[in-house]
Amino acid sequence: MLRAIKGQIQKRPRLFEGIGVVAIALLILFAAPAILTAMGQEFRVNMLGRFLALAIVALGIDLIWGYTGILSLGHGLFFTLGGYALAMHLKLQLPEGELPEFFTLYGVKELPWFWKPFHSFPFSLAATIFVPMLIAALLGYLVFRNRIRGVYFSILTQAALIVFFNFFNSQQKLINGTNGLKTDTAKIFDVYVGSDDVQRILYILSVVFLILAYCLSRWLTSGRLGRLLIAIRDDESRVRFSGYDPTGFKVLVFAVSAGLAGIAGALYAAQSGGISPKTMDIAFSIEMVIWVAVGGRASLVGAILGAILVNFSKSILSEQFPQVWLFFLGGLFLTVVTVLPDGFVGWLRTQGVDQVRSLLGRRRLLTYPSLAEDPEVEYERQNLRN
Amino acid sequence: MSAKILEIEDLTVSFDGFKALNQLNFSMEPGELRVIIGPNGAGKTTFLDVITGKVQPTIGSARFKGKNLKALSEHQICRLGIGRKFQTPRIFLKLTPRENLSLSGNRYKGVFSTLLNKRPTGEQQTISGLLETVGLTPKADIPAELLSHGEKQRLEIGMLVAQSPDLLLVDEPVAGLTDEETENVGNLLLTLAESHSIIVIEHDMEFVRQIARQQVTVLHQGSVLCEGKMNDVQNDPRVIEVYLGEAPSMDE
Ligand SMILES: Nc1ncnc2c1ncn2[C@@H]1O[C@H](COP(=O)(O)OP(=O)(O)OP(=O)(O)O)[C@@H](O)[C@H]1O
Ligand SMILES: [Mg+2]
Repeated sequence: MLRAIKGQIQKRPRLFEGIGVVAIALLILFAAPAILTAMGQEFRVNMLGRFLALAIVALGIDLIWGYTGILSLGHGLFFTLGGYALAMHLKLQLPEGELPEFFTLYGVKELPWFWKPFHSFPFSLAATIFVPMLIAALLGYLVFRNRIRGVYFSILTQAALIVFFNFFNSQQKLINGTNGLKTDTAKIFDVYVGSDDVQRILYILSVVFLILAYCLSRWLTSGRLGRLLIAIRDDESRVRFSGYDPTGFKVLVFAVSAGLAGIAGALYAAQSGGISPKTMDIAFSIEMVIWVAVGGRASLVGAILGAILVNFSKSILSEQFPQVWLFFLGGLFLTVVTVLPDGFVGWLRTQGVDQVRSLLGRRRLLTYPSLAEDPEVEYERQNLRN
Repeated sequence: MSAKILEIEDLTVSFDGFKALNQLNFSMEPGELRVIIGPNGAGKTTFLDVITGKVQPTIGSARFKGKNLKALSEHQICRLGIGRKFQTPRIFLKLTPRENLSLSGNRYKGVFSTLLNKRPTGEQQTISGLLETVGLTPKADIPAELLSHGEKQRLEIGMLVAQSPDLLLVDEPVAGLTDEETENVGNLLLTLAESHSIIVIEHDMEFVRQIARQQVTVLHQGSVLCEGKMNDVQNDPRVIEVYLGEAPSMDE
């Protein structure tokens, strides 16, 4: 019986999954805002929109860390670059000849050269994705080609983050330094970005891009490439002896995950009133990894859930317990990492197998010898024991 | 072009002054099944490391079908047609045997061909055939981490064959196997020897007698001590002294 059902699901997995994704997307698009508004929690809709954007970075982190085993602690860099690319475009939506207000404050008379292409909307959109991707590809190529791995790679990503942080922080005359770029009062298509209408559209865009990012990640991690990424994660040098050069694969995944971070940064910036070098704080990049760890490494759904749940608990805890919420949050992380090393989704998976096993366990005496030797049954029994 | 499939000249590998291989000379004809024996630490694994590009020679050269392997990286050497099985089985534990085989059997190993190419129609059958050959058909679709040690050894040999290399380097394929499994692996290697050149490194003398139909090479302290038919090698006093004599004395 169970098998028959399993067989059916296996025959049409894409269809089932597609229906599931669409259903959840519709819920988030229509039901969630309505419910939150009915509860008098309208401000949480915008919050959810921002967290959906963060879930896009989490997918990127999951690709590079969960699947490929490369721990980047510098994704805040790509996130921030994406945010700036969009914010620069928004800042330039001014009457002819006017400069963004901060330039006049610092006595800058002419728009710096690298701002000019951001007059173009298509260019800016492309830049939110491709600038982070290019930087990641370049950094990744240099690092991976020289077989720098593990902790050394993580440290390098942090170093890159610090370099960019200091640069952005100190360049008042180029990009307004520490204050960053405010987008609330900027206009897009002649409407204020901070207005309800634009924010509603940004919410929808966050859902849409999250789904696109999910589909992309799903495509990359299924099939040959996905298996190769897992192989690289588990034994990179064996992959070389099988005739693959891991460098290209790692560069590709690192660049894709940086591109996702860039999109996320743009969506997040536009929904939170602007972008500043603060998102290049080391702590923020580490938090991104924590979302994935909590949700479940090497599970795309886990990464998304992790980002949304952790961020919601963070804001609810900080509202309820302004003094001690940080301790609660720290406690939550420690609990999850020690009690559920595979994150929530990992735990759910093993629980699911457990239930099947207890079913099988009760019936074990009744099974035929052939079933008892069935590798699938054996597999489930083995898993039960762990 | 030389007719030899593998030629090693004057090869020395030193690790911080310690010579794991010392002026080693070796050559092999296409189609040969060569067995290499030698006591622990003789440099057998290091020898394979040099051929497969894991270790660069300090002095000397290794040529495969006349092509110098120096400065090629592991994946390039693999693509020339050299496949390797490691001393401790190294398979991808989170993937199933079927996936392991399809990963090594993939013909186009670039990034975009891996991502975009359709599976060639013949691949499915080739892999099912291979699974049958290494006796893993019933366990083809469970994670490889659940396989027994012997099954892992066989899977890794299967992965090697899937690459369809011209030269197979097999490091201790029967370590930790039961007698019956050992014989199976022996027969498998003999079958493969009909269409491949193979180097087998082994300690198990019973097994060496089973498969060594041609030349046997004895390594000792990084150099070739002697070479010849199994019977001659077994009776060579130098070999008895450094190697075969060791076993009984260790048993006491
Ligand atoms: N990377 C390394 N650095 C330093 N010494 C090494 C290295 N690799 C191997 N050696 C040394 O080189 C010698 C030969 O090692 P090798 O692994 O080739 O022996 P082996 O003949 O395969 O032995 P076994 O039968 O135990 O597998 C050993 O003394 C070993 O300690
Ligand atoms: Mg060895």
